Amino acid sequence: MEKLIEQFSLGLFFWQLVLFVVLVLLLKKFAWKPILDAVEKREEGIKGALESAEKAKLDMQNLQADNQKLLKEARAEREEMLKEARDIKNKMIEDAKGEAQAQANKMIAQAQSAIESEKKAAIAELKTQVANLSIDIAEKVIREELSNKDKQEKLVASMLGEAKLN
Amino acid sequence: MQNIMSLKRFCFLFIFVTAFAHANEETKPEAGDLKTEIKEYISHHLLDTHDFGLYSYVNDAGEHIHIGFPLPVILWDNGLQVFSSSKLNHGESVAEVNGNYYKLYHGKIYKTNAEGEIRYDEHHHAANYKPLDFSITKNVLVIFLVGLLIFFMFGRMAKSYKNDALPKGMGRLLEPIVLYIRDDIAIPNIGKKHYKRYMSFLLTVFFFIWIINLLGLTPLGVNVTNNIAVTFALALLTYLITTFTANKNYWGHIFWMPGVPWPMKIILAPIELLGTFIKPFSLLIRLYANITAGHIVLMSIIGLMFIFKNWLGSSLSFGLAFVLALLELLVAALQAYIFTMLSALYFGSAVEEHHHDSH
Repeated sequence: MEKLIEQFSLGLFFWQLVLFVVLVLLLKKFAWKPILDAVEKREEGIKGALESAEKAKLDMQNLQADNQKLLKEARAEREEMLKEARDIKNKMIEDAKGEAQAQANKMIAQAQSAIESEKKAAIAELKTQVANLSIDIAEKVIREELSNKDKQEKLVASMLGEAKLN
Repeated sequence: MQNIMSLKRFCFLFIFVTAFAHANEETKPEAGDLKTEIKEYISHHLLDTHDFGLYSYVNDAGEHIHIGFPLPVILWDNGLQVFSSSKLNHGESVAEVNGNYYKLYHGKIYKTNAEGEIRYDEHHHAANYKPLDFSITKNVLVIFLVGLLIFFMFGRMAKSYKNDALPKGMGRLLEPIVLYIRDDIAIPNIGKKHYKRYMSFLLTVFFFIWIINLLGLTPLGVNVTNNIAVTFALALLTYLITTFTANKNYWGHIFWMPGVPWPMKIILAPIELLGTFIKPFSLLIRLYANITAGHIVLMSIIGLMFIFKNWLGSSLSFGLAFVLALLELLVAALQAYIFTMLSALYFGSAVEEHHHDSH
C-alpha cells in the first residue's frame, strides 16, 4: 500500500483526468449524441414501419372481407336472377304449350266437325245417289217388269226404309 | 541492466536483450543473475517513464543504448520548467534547466545539486525535493493517442449516419457494442428515464479502458491501466457523477435509512456514507489489480523461458504464455465491461425513484 501511494503519479492523474473529461465532452458532441440519435431515429422508423405494415395488413384483411361479402352478394344476386329467368322461361314454355294445345284442339275439333259434316253431306249425297240409282235401276227393272210405276216406287221406298244404310 | 524498456512479450527482442545481458555478465559479474534481472525488468515495465522507449541494450563497450524517443518534461518548480527528457538521459545524467538540476531516480524526478547527489532518509527513500511533475510521460502520450483514436473512430461512425440510417465500415463493427452498452448495461441498471444522461461517460469509459487494455497487450510496452493514478482518475469521475446526479431518495437512503428503527438509522448512516467511497474505490483497485497481475504473470512466464533454457521447459512456458495472452485479451474486454457495468449500477442507485417496499 505504501509503495502504491509512493508510486502514485500526480502528473499522470492530472493528465488522465483532463484528457478523459475532454474526451468525454468531445465525444458527446461529435460522436455519442449523433450516433445514439441516429440509432434511435432508425429504431423509431423501424417501429413505425412495422406498425404501418401491421395496419396495412389489417386494412387488407378488412378489404378482403369486404370483397368476399360483395362477391357473396353478387353471387346470390346472380343466383336469384338465374332462378327468375328460369322461372320465366318455364312459364313461357308452359304458356306456349297450353296455347298450342288449345289451338291444336280447336283445329282438331274443327277438322272433326268438318269431317263430320262432309261425311254427313257425302252420306246424304250417297243416299240420294243410291236412291236415284236404285230408282233408275228399279225403274229400268220394274219398267221392264212392272207397268205401274207408283206401286213399284212404294215398294222400293218401304224396302229402302227397312234396309237403312250404315 | 536496470533501465531496460523493451518490447513486451516479443520473444525475438527478448532474446536480443538477454543475449546482450549475457555478454554483459561476462564483463561485469556484479550485474546480478538472470532472475533478478527479469524481476527488475518486470517491475520497470510496469512503471511509467519519461521517454518512449521501445527497447534498450548494452553494447560491446558497456554503454546503455536506448531505442525510442524522448518526451517533454513539464515541472512546476517555482515556475514552469519545460525540457526534453533526453536531458535526463534515463537517469544517467543530471539535467540542468534554468540553473536548476534534476535527476531521474526510480522513475521520479528529483531536484538535486549540480553533481546529481541523491540523499536518503532512514527508510532508504530519496529525501530530495520532488517538484510537481506534469510531464508528458509515455502513459500520458498513450492516453492522448487513444483519445484521438477513439475520437477518430466514433467521429467517422457518427458521420456515416448523416447520409444513411445504416452504419457503414467501422460503424458496422462498433454499433452492436454501442447498442449492447445501451441496452444491456445502461438501460437495465439506470432505467429508461435517466440513462441518456450517463451514456456519454459509460460509452467513453468502456471503449477507453478496452482499447487501452488491448494496447497493453501489444509489444509497444504501454501499460496505462496498471497505473493506479489512471484508474483512480476514472473511479473519481464515477464517484463525482454519482454524487452530483444523485436524487433525494439516494441521500435519504444514506443518511436516514427508511424502514429501520431510529438507533439503527444512526448506526447505518456512517456505514452507508463510507460505502459511497468504497464502491468507486473497489472499481479503481479491481481494474488496477487485474491488469497489473495479468502483466506480471505473463511476463514472469515469458521470463521463465530464459531461465529454463532448455527445449522442453522453454516451449512449455511459451505455450503457457500464449494461452495466458489469449486470456488477457478476454480480461481486457472483461475489465472494461465490469468497470462500465458497475459505474452504471452506481449511477442507477443514484437516480433510483422512491418506492416504499425497498429495504
